[in-house]
Amino acid sequence: MSLSERLHPGINLAGTDPESHEAAEEVLFGFWIFLMSDLVLFAVLFATYAAMSVQGIAEGPGPAQVFDLTAAFVETLLLLLSSFAFGFGMLAMKYRESRRAVLGWLLLTGGLGAAFVGMELHDYYVMITQHAAPPQASGFLSAYYLLTGTHALHVSSGLVWMAIMAVQVVVFGFTTPVKLRLMRLALFWHMLDVVWIGIFTFVYLFGVAS
Amino acid sequence: MNWELIFGQIKWTSFVFAGAIENPSLSEFIASGAGSVAVLGALAAVILLTVKGWWVPLWRDWLTSVDHKKVGIMYIAIALVMFARAVIEAALMRAQQLAATDSGGFLSADHFGQLFSTHGTIMIFFVAMPFITGLMNYVMPLQIGARDVSFPLLNAISLMLTMAGAILIMVSLVVGQFSTGGWSAYPPFTGIEFSPGEGVDYWIWAVSLGSIGSTLTGLNFAVTIYKKRCPGMTLFRMPLFTWTTLCTSILMIFAMAPLTAATVMLALDRYAGFHFFTNGDGGNMMNYANLFWLFGHPEVYILILPAFGVWSEVVATFSSKRIYGYTSLVYATMCIAVLSFAVWLHHFFTMGQSANVNAIFGIATMIIGVPTGVKVYDWLLTMVGGRIRFTTPMLFHINFLLTFILGGMTGVLLANPGIDFQVHNTLFLIAHFHNMIIPGVLFGMFAAVQFWFPKAFGFRLHEGLGRASFWCFAPGFLLAFFPLYWLGLMGATRRTYMWSDPDYLPWLALAMAGAALILAGFALMVMQIVVSVRQREPLAAPLGDPWDGRALEWSIPSPPPDWNFAVLPEVTARDPFYEAKKAGTAYRSPAAYEDIEVPRNTATAPLIGLFACAWAFGLVWHIWWLAIVSFVLIWVVVIARSFATDTEEIIPAATVKAANEAFLAAVRSAPGVTRDREMTSENRGRAIPEGLEGRSGAVSSGAAVEVLS
Repeated sequence: MSLSERLHPGINLAGTDPESHEAAEEVLFGFWIFLMSDLVLFAVLFATYAAMSVQGIAEGPGPAQVFDLTAAFVETLLLLLSSFAFGFGMLAMKYRESRRAVLGWLLLTGGLGAAFVGMELHDYYVMITQHAAPPQASGFLSAYYLLTGTHALHVSSGLVWMAIMAVQVVVFGFTTPVKLRLMRLALFWHMLDVVWIGIFTFVYLFGVAS
Repeated sequence: MNWELIFGQIKWTSFVFAGAIENPSLSEFIASGAGSVAVLGALAAVILLTVKGWWVPLWRDWLTSVDHKKVGIMYIAIALVMFARAVIEAALMRAQQLAATDSGGFLSADHFGQLFSTHGTIMIFFVAMPFITGLMNYVMPLQIGARDVSFPLLNAISLMLTMAGAILIMVSLVVGQFSTGGWSAYPPFTGIEFSPGEGVDYWIWAVSLGSIGSTLTGLNFAVTIYKKRCPGMTLFRMPLFTWTTLCTSILMIFAMAPLTAATVMLALDRYAGFHFFTNGDGGNMMNYANLFWLFGHPEVYILILPAFGVWSEVVATFSSKRIYGYTSLVYATMCIAVLSFAVWLHHFFTMGQSANVNAIFGIATMIIGVPTGVKVYDWLLTMVGGRIRFTTPMLFHINFLLTFILGGMTGVLLANPGIDFQVHNTLFLIAHFHNMIIPGVLFGMFAAVQFWFPKAFGFRLHEGLGRASFWCFAPGFLLAFFPLYWLGLMGATRRTYMWSDPDYLPWLALAMAGAALILAGFALMVMQIVVSVRQREPLAAPLGDPWDGRALEWSIPSPPPDWNFAVLPEVTARDPFYEAKKAGTAYRSPAAYEDIEVPRNTATAPLIGLFACAWAFGLVWHIWWLAIVSFVLIWVVVIARSFATDTEEIIPAATVKAANEAFLAAVRSAPGVTRDREMTSENRGRAIPEGLEGRSGAVSSGAAVEVLS
């Protein structure tokens, strides 16, 4: 195998931009390791939630009483669609290097992501005002807000990052550093999908079913 | 505008000196004295920098530098400053316990609580961690033949976050109180109900800053080792210190996240009324114990593994012999790294698990002794048949082998839950973990300083004073901690500020004498550095190889140039530099030089550190405007940096060539020194390897070849 075939950083630029592809190896590998460390954080939060959603309910409401499965399902669709849009954005960057196309896809991704965060905030609002379920109510709710809140914070920082990258695409065009940053942002965004799938399954579906 | 909006919860009584005025007592005077030392120390540093005109060089050459060598040296400087504080605190605690038989002693209970909390927190997070990180920073890239780490700026940011945490802990000497909850800060005691005030918040944010810094360090070093090894440097040709650095980095990536999660949850409990670890409302402190030790136990190996790497380098070099059992040492290191995640529960055997769970974790704990035992045998067998030189690092190594085994034995005792139930929370435990960390980690770092100091600064450390400090440290450690085993078996509990049992007194007196010896050892070590700087002419070893070294770092000048290697070396064996010396291929000129790209200095990292420190201080004192502004500024700096394009500079090939050829010419014309003369002023850094004494004298430049060394 040639060097460029062995490299497996993210989206494969070997055919269209071998120079950036070589440069991607070190920074993208580093970013994978960062994501791994980030996932350890989420694993710890999941474990905490697993314990507290059973033993930490105390006098407060239980999972089935406060979760709105429909909203969570719509949120899931929003986030997955945003990842899908980002995928198209990355393909546009790889094959067409068209600023307009990439910016358009980024805008769609960001819009869907923002809608996701907005819906989640609305969920919180409903839980606090209609179900008397703020994070201070019980250990279970503390763990719920921390787990989903950390995810929402990640998505929000991803949105800020996306806005900055849009500016950089305009200012610098598709230079190697800009491409590599977009590739890392894409990995970050897809990882948040994976984490959300875990949250949807484990927190919402399992919480409402049990 | 009212006071609280601007200054949060700071009042004039928050300053340590107010305590001495309002409530004059020896305890308060000691606290004020410590505060004064912190203030005067900072003031003295400012005056020194101003008088000597060092502000500009400090900023231009050090704080803004992203060079792994300078970052490493700054890490170790932090460690030494913080060590001075924490070791004095240890001596104060010993003195208090000695004075407090049937009386209150001279410290208040609260002050004593702060002392053991800061002592533990500082020693782990701001002495041991920066010490190992600094050493890995300096040595690892040189050992793998790299010009820097993978992400030099990230490296500088890690340093500045650690420094911000250290500064925060120093500030707590002057403004406010520190936590009394010990270094592990168990809730619910550290919750808002039982520990209102700023103390625990100081702990939370100082530790969080250090922990984020360490996560980034681990990531950076792991990528460096995987991606930046020079040609031919396969994994199984890496020096053992690099192997241990890799394992420690992997542990950092996985183990720091649980700590961050635990501190964040504790902060949410305290600041926002969450119920993670509270009594009632569904909180459960056992989750804290699990999270903390899920970090805490791998942390032990994060600290000890680099020290194991140092011991492997030291014993091979000063036995003039290839390390025995290289492969088994590598696998043992890996086994320890993996097993370190399977034993965390032994830190709380007594906290209510079933017997079977305790048994499993007890057995896993004992199993860790096996790979560690393999390492000890390998080090012993390296010495067998070698020509051992009893230099200061080697003395520390032999002392390590003897005392570390005893500490390991008591560890196997404690791994048995039945015995643990008897001695947990006593001084027996204190004796055990100091027995592992002092001769293992701390003395390992001291040995490393003696070993690599000439590489970093171009002159050796004074050997006589080094030995003198060893002969204070080693018996000082035994005296200070072996009595604690006895005391623990007699039932003396840890973290106790007064006693009623007169039988403890002789053992406490012995321990006090040990603490005094350790202080003397530290004084001698400081004196050694001062004397060596003064005598740097006769001690100079600029040619780079004062100890007949084996790995690549010894093949380049001391101190190394900014670019480390003029031409990236190509490696064909383990111990590449030693093999090259024996084959007569060392110090050859490369066929061609190329331009070298190095990252420019940047103010990014120190600015992030500054704002991170202000952010944490704002959070500790509930100064919300400061916390918000600083947090925003941190990210403004990061974003601004992402728009900078001119971040690299080119060092022309001609400059590199001139410097390297001058170095090579100096080495070739140097007469070289044999091992029996290495502590004399004849040692300029050109070693004649053991067994090649006949070949001393100037060597020919040899044919120009493709590779260096």
